[in-house]
Amino acid sequence: MSSRKFNALPGFGLTLGFSVLYLSIIVLIPVSALVLKSLQITWPEFWAVIKSKQAISAFKLTFGASLIAGALNCIFGSLLAWVLVRYRFPGKKLIDGLVDFPFALPTAVAGLSLAALFSKDGWLGSFLIPMGVQVTYTRIGIVIALTFVGMPFAVRTLQPVLENLDASLEEVAATMGAGRFRTFCQVVGPSLLPAILTGFALSFARAVGEYGSVVFISSNLPNKTQIAPSLIFAFLETNDYTKATAVAAVLLVISFVILGIINYLENWSSRFNQ
Amino acid sequence: MSIELKNVSKVFGQVAAVRNVSFSVKDGELVALLGPSGGGKTTVLRMIAGLEVPTSGDILIRGQRVNDIRVQNRNIGFVFQNYALFKTMNVFKNIAFGLKVKKWKKPDIEERVQSLLELLDLKGMEKRFPHQLSGGQRQRVAIARALAPKPSVLLLDEPFGAVDAKIRQELREWLVHLHDDFNVTTLFVTHDQEEAMEVSNRIVIFSKGNLEQIGSPREVYEQPSNEFVARFIGVMNVLEAMVEGGIARVNELEFPTPDLKNGEKIKIGFRPYAVQISTDLALYRYRGVLRHTFFLGILLRLELELPSGQILRSRITKEEYAILGLKDGMEISCQIKQFRILSTENATLTAEITPNLPAPLPLGEGI
Amino acid sequence: MAGNLKSIQRKGSEIAEKRGTEESPVVKWTLISLAVLFAVLFLLLPLLNVFYQAFHSGLQVYLDSLRDADSKSAIILTLKVAAVTVPLNVIFGLAAAWAIAKFDFRGKSLLNTLIDLPFSISPVVAGAMYILVYGVHGYFGPFLMKHDIRVIFSTPGIILVTVFTTFPFVARELIPIMQSTGTEQEQAALTLGAGGFRTFWQVTLPSVKWGIIYGVILCNARAMGEFGAVSVVSANVAGETQTIPLRIDSLYLESKTAAAFALASILAVLALISMAIKTYFEWKTEREEALAQMVVEEPS
Repeated sequence: MSSRKFNALPGFGLTLGFSVLYLSIIVLIPVSALVLKSLQITWPEFWAVIKSKQAISAFKLTFGASLIAGALNCIFGSLLAWVLVRYRFPGKKLIDGLVDFPFALPTAVAGLSLAALFSKDGWLGSFLIPMGVQVTYTRIGIVIALTFVGMPFAVRTLQPVLENLDASLEEVAATMGAGRFRTFCQVVGPSLLPAILTGFALSFARAVGEYGSVVFISSNLPNKTQIAPSLIFAFLETNDYTKATAVAAVLLVISFVILGIINYLENWSSRFNQ
Repeated sequence: MSIELKNVSKVFGQVAAVRNVSFSVKDGELVALLGPSGGGKTTVLRMIAGLEVPTSGDILIRGQRVNDIRVQNRNIGFVFQNYALFKTMNVFKNIAFGLKVKKWKKPDIEERVQSLLELLDLKGMEKRFPHQLSGGQRQRVAIARALAPKPSVLLLDEPFGAVDAKIRQELREWLVHLHDDFNVTTLFVTHDQEEAMEVSNRIVIFSKGNLEQIGSPREVYEQPSNEFVARFIGVMNVLEAMVEGGIARVNELEFPTPDLKNGEKIKIGFRPYAVQISTDLALYRYRGVLRHTFFLGILLRLELELPSGQILRSRITKEEYAILGLKDGMEISCQIKQFRILSTENATLTAEITPNLPAPLPLGEGI
Repeated sequence: MAGNLKSIQRKGSEIAEKRGTEESPVVKWTLISLAVLFAVLFLLLPLLNVFYQAFHSGLQVYLDSLRDADSKSAIILTLKVAAVTVPLNVIFGLAAAWAIAKFDFRGKSLLNTLIDLPFSISPVVAGAMYILVYGVHGYFGPFLMKHDIRVIFSTPGIILVTVFTTFPFVARELIPIMQSTGTEQEQAALTLGAGGFRTFWQVTLPSVKWGIIYGVILCNARAMGEFGAVSVVSANVAGETQTIPLRIDSLYLESKTAAAFALASILAVLALISMAIKTYFEWKTEREEALAQMVVEEPS
C-alpha cells in the first residue's frame, strides 16, 4: 500500500486492473508467444535461417533503406520544421497540415498512390522514366515509401524543441559578432541534435517495420527487393513458422533496442533543454 | 466543538508532514492555519476534508470521528487554492453541482443559487464560464459552490494566494462578512501572517509539521510561545548576546538578565515598537543616527544605527514622526522598553522583561 | 503530440514577427521554396493523385467500382471491424488514462511503455505473433480446434490484430490532457459529495471530450486502414475476409487500378477528415488556453 500515495479519487483498482488485463491479452500474451517460440528454436536452426542468403539480403535491404530514409527525413524534416517554426509565408498552414498526412493515411493507400505516381503513366514517372530513373519495383521506390511514412516523426519531434529554443542564445551570439552560419552550426545545431536524433530513431523504427506501402511499390523479389517483413510474410504463407519466428524475433529485438535508444534520447533531450 | 484533532500525524514516504498535532475549533469560529510553506498546514486542512488520510490520530467533526468517513460524506465545503472550478460548466452549474448531488428539488436549487449569487455579488454571471471571470470572481464562485450545500465546516486552502494584492484586500473583507452572515465554522490556510492576523478569530501556527502555538491574533503577537512564533509573527529585532555579571551585552546595548549564568550565550528579541526614540539626546540611554525611514502607510519603520554599527529597527506612527520632527541622518537617543530572552526554537519562552528605565514619553504606546 | 502542436504555430508566428536575428532574405526564401517544393512533390502529390486516379476514368467507373459485390463486402467487413475495435479501445483508453494520469503507482512507466509498444512493432510481426498464439499450430490452436473456434483466417483474428495496432491512440491522446488538468476538479466534486461515477461522468469526461473525439477518429482511421497485420491473419478471400486495404491490394494485383483507387479514396477522405478534426481540436484547445489565461478586468 505504501507504494501508492493515498488519493481520495476512486476507481484506481478498477481502471488499473482493467488496463493490465487488456494489455495482457492484447500485448503480453502474443509477445510472450513469440519469445517462447523463438526460445524453442536451437541456435544452429536460428543461424541457418538468419544467415540464409534470402534473409541476409532482406535485412540488408530493410536496414539500408531505413537508414537512408531516416537520413533523408532528418534533412528534409529539419528543413520543414525550421521553415514552419521560423518563417511566415503563404500556404504555411497547408504545409503544416500536410506533414501529418502520411501518419493519417493508411499505408496501403500511400503505397498504391506512390506506385501510380512513379509508374510510366504517372505524374512523376512520366518525367523520370524517360530520363532513365526507374522508381517502381526498385530499391529507390522502397526508400521513397519508407521516407514518406517516416516524415511526420522527424518534423513533429523537432518542431516543439525548435519552438522552445531560447531566442536569447542566438541574440547573444549575434551581439558577439557571430554570423548566422556560425550561430547555426555552433549554437542552434548542438541544442537541436538530441531532437534530430530522436526524430531519426523514430522514423528509422517506423521504416524497419513498414510493410503496407512497400509491397505496392516494390516488386518483392527474393534476394533483390524483398524487405524483412515481406520475408516473414512469405515464410508464414508457406507455414514455415520456425523461419518466420526467427526473422520476427530479430525485428522484435531491434524494435526494443530502438525503443530503448529513443527513451534514452528523449531523457537526454529533456535534460538538455532545461 | 466543531472540529477536533487528536494527536494527528501524517507521514509521506519518509517525510513526516504533520507531527502529533492536536487542537480544536469551536462552533462558528474563523480560524487561520498559518505557517511557512511546507509547514504542514495544507496537509492538516486536507486531512480534515478527507482528501488525505492521517497516519495516526483521530479527527472529529461535531464530535463524530470521521477518519473512516469518505470525503463525500463529511459535509464539508472546500475551496481549492486555484479554485478548481469545473471548466466545462457555467457559474450556475458550478454552484448547483453539490445541490444536485444531494438531490435537491429544482426550484430549491434555483432559489439557493440565486441567493448565493446575490450575496457574493455575482448576479448576472450565471451563464458565464470560469474562463470568462476575473480572479476575484472565480474565487467568489468557488466559495459560493462550497457554501451551497450548507456544509458544517468551510475549509479554504490559501484562498487569497492566486489573486493580486488589490483584490486580495477586498476578498478578505468578503470572507469576514460571509463568515458573519453564515456563521459557519471556517478554517483557512495562509502563509501570510498579516492576512491571518486581520481575518481570523484565532490562529494556529505550524512549522515543519509541528503545531507551534494556537491563540488569538493578539495572543500570538504579544505572547509568542517560542522563538519561531516570535519571529514569524511581526517584525522582531534579534540579537545574540553573552551574559556577564547578570547583564547580557551586545555591543553597547545592555540587557539585565539577573537569573542567567556568566558566559551563557543567549538571543535577545524585541519588537520595533519597544524601541523608543527621542530627539532629546539626553533623554534615553543610547545614542544613534536615524539611517533610513520606511514609509509603510500610517506606520513608519525606522532604521537606527548605533555608534558600534549595530542596527536597530523601530516603528512609530506618522504623527509621532511629525511631532518629533525626525529626518534621515538625524542624531537621536533611544532605549529598549521591553525585550525577551529567546532560547532555541520550540522551547517555551519566558515572559517579557521590562527593565527599570527612565519614564518614557507617552508616545508610541500600544502600537 | 496534438496538444503542443498549436502552441507551436501561435508562438511561431510571434517569433516570425519580432526576431531581430534572422537569415538574409535570400537564404530565407531559398529555404522556404525548398521546403514548399518538397512538401508539394512528396506530400501533396500522393494525396491529389489518389483522387485523380479514382475519378479520371469517370464518375460512373468510380461508382461501379464501389458497387462491386466484393468491394461492398470489404467495406462492410471493415466497418464491422472498426465497430468492435474502436469502442474496446476507447474503454481501454479511458481506464488507462484515468489510472496513469490521476494516480501515482509503482510500474507506471512500465505501463506507459507497454502502451507505446504497438507503435514500434512491425505490423507483420504483430500478425505473426497472433498466428503463434491462435493459429492451427499456435499455443491455443489445439484448444480452439477442439471447440471449433476459428480466430486466424477469419474475422476475430482481423479484429484482434486491429485492436493491437490501434489501441494506443485513444490512451495516448487522453493521458496528457488528463495529466494537465490535474485532479483538483475531481477532488472538488468529491468534497461536494459526488460519487466516483458522477465525478467521472460530469467533471472528467466533459473536459477531455475533444481528446476522446480525436482519439476515436485517429483510432478509427487506423483500424480501417490497417494492412500489414491484417494481411497476415486474414485468409484474404474476396467477399469474405477482405477488408478495404486487402481489397485494394488484390484489385491492384488484378490491374484494376481505377477500382483500387476508388476504394483508396474512401480511406483518403477518412484521413482528411481526421486531419480536419485534429486541426479544429487544436484550434479549440489553443483558444481555451488563451481564454483561461486571459484575466478579465475586475469591475469595481
